[in-house]
Amino acid sequence: MTVREQLPTGRSSGPRSTTGGGVTSPLPVARRRSTGSWRSRLEIAVLTGPALAVFLLFVIFPVLAAAYYGFYRWAGYGVPTQFVGLQNYVTIVQDPTFLAALGHNTVIVVLSLVLQGPIAVLLALLLNRKMRGQTLIRVLIFIPYVISEVVVGTGWSLILQTSGALNSALQAVGLGALKVDWLANPDVAIWTLMGIITWKYVGFAVILFLAGLQGIPEELTEAASIDGATFWQIQRRITLPLLGPTLRIWAFLSVIGALQLFDLVYIIWGQYVASTAGTSTMATYLVVNGRNAGSYGYGNAVAVVLFVISLIVALVYQRFVLRRDTEGALTGKGR
Amino acid sequence: MAVEALPSNALRRPRRSRPTGHSAASNGVVYVVAAVVIVLMLAPVAYIVIGGFRTNSQITDSPAGFPAPWVAKNYVDVLTGGLFWRLVGNSLIVGLLTTLGVVVLGLMASFAIARYEYRLRGAMYALFAAGLMFPVTVAITPLYIVVKNLGLTNTLAGVILPQIAFGLPTTIIILVPFLRAIPVEIQEAAEIDGASRLGFFWRMVVPLSLPGVVTVGILAFIGSWNGYLLPLFILNNPSTFTLPLGVQQFSSQYSVDTARVLAFTSLSMLPALIFFSIFQRRIVGGLTGAVKG
Repeated sequence: MTVREQLPTGRSSGPRSTTGGGVTSPLPVARRRSTGSWRSRLEIAVLTGPALAVFLLFVIFPVLAAAYYGFYRWAGYGVPTQFVGLQNYVTIVQDPTFLAALGHNTVIVVLSLVLQGPIAVLLALLLNRKMRGQTLIRVLIFIPYVISEVVVGTGWSLILQTSGALNSALQAVGLGALKVDWLANPDVAIWTLMGIITWKYVGFAVILFLAGLQGIPEELTEAASIDGATFWQIQRRITLPLLGPTLRIWAFLSVIGALQLFDLVYIIWGQYVASTAGTSTMATYLVVNGRNAGSYGYGNAVAVVLFVISLIVALVYQRFVLRRDTEGALTGKGR
Repeated sequence: MAVEALPSNALRRPRRSRPTGHSAASNGVVYVVAAVVIVLMLAPVAYIVIGGFRTNSQITDSPAGFPAPWVAKNYVDVLTGGLFWRLVGNSLIVGLLTTLGVVVLGLMASFAIARYEYRLRGAMYALFAAGLMFPVTVAITPLYIVVKNLGLTNTLAGVILPQIAFGLPTTIIILVPFLRAIPVEIQEAAEIDGASRLGFFWRMVVPLSLPGVVTVGILAFIGSWNGYLLPLFILNNPSTFTLPLGVQQFSSQYSVDTARVLAFTSLSMLPALIFFSIFQRRIVGGLTGAVKG
């Protein structure tokens, strides 16, 4: 069975559990009872039944239903009857508003990687050294990630108003020439968004990288420094290559997150301003043109498009990038 | 390590300063960078918190200034009004029940996948893992319809159940390797002592996997506490609003009363911050994969 390969292979990819000790367990863990016994089956059913039921009803079924409703024009009441075939999809592909949103998503994906990656690596390398207040610094960097998008969005939109704190602060320090309409000016808004995204999510990347760095044996860097390597040589030749798996996992999470960005944009720019300011995303397009417009069939078609794009990106990424990491640097996903 | 021979001030930080030869100057650079980053990260948060202590006229006169004088009225108003506490209550109910559901259902399913041999095991794991590919955004419209058909719109259960479902993939992916790592010897010993496999589950697995469970639970709680899209679709009745919906409604309703919005916003991020600072070790540990008990 090919699926079997996706199972974590026991100890190698699992977390280094404290319970493991020095004892090595044979790989396929449980074979105590014969497979077919009714008791064993009952136990499996009892254990997995509730999770499966909830998961199938609220995750798998809606996703499949989205694919089905996407072929209908449907206002969300009763059974959809007006079958329109691929019409919804044709409309999506031809709608300049959607294409603009797709473009914004692409920009956000690329800029997220380009901005957050280097910043986070640099910070993680600096903070990985043993220093006073290490824990405190880590917690503080992580704070924006913990605060909800709504709170963050509300706060930032007050700060960034034309007559808000940022412009006023710029004026006060004699940089009044830099005052802009951070939110509504289409030339600036996407960069404002990137600034907020970087601020909010860079802490997550730093924590992830710090976690990855802790897995690198100190002996390696010690040996290198005894051989006379400088701090930056050690980072470039030893630390960064060994951090590779963590970097690739982070990039994956970041790309998927950027493709499905919704909360921040919807809170700060709202449903009408986002597209004129040039910050709309596929997800805000979905909500505005699907649910808010009462076109549930169309909204579902947009969801399918969004899903297929994410899936293709994910599969390509796993095929060409993550495949190298047979060991899987992380067992925990971000969210 | 021959720590005893060292003077007492070195004793306190033997693990902190490793002898890799960082000069004082390079350490200084690190602290400066760290300080700059922290200021950048905290400035917006500080603006929200401090802004809540100002009056609207202060904010209009000088949007970036400090409170002069400090006014506690905004915070007092928010804290003495019923709205804030109702939102906190709703968010707490949703968050705690989501966490409970994710942990209980996730642990049970992970245990079956990790420690039973059966034909559909691989397929089941793959199915849950595939759930990572379906964020709420993609399924939100039909999900809303499912919830509506169950008669659960405008109820907290209508948010809790889908959140449990969407929390399961992460949970199972974190817990399965964790449970597999429990040595067979422990299970054998328990069986020799007469414990059934379910008895083994309750007496041994649950306590032993506690660190992993805590990590998973924290992730579920913070995710639920901050969740916006799902409550936005499911909850239309203000009496059922969770904190994020309430913050948004409050800030549009009182958009002229900036100071009060700032006070409301900063109070609403407080619970998540407190929760996070209590459990930050677990979160970071969980991300490392090396959860220490």
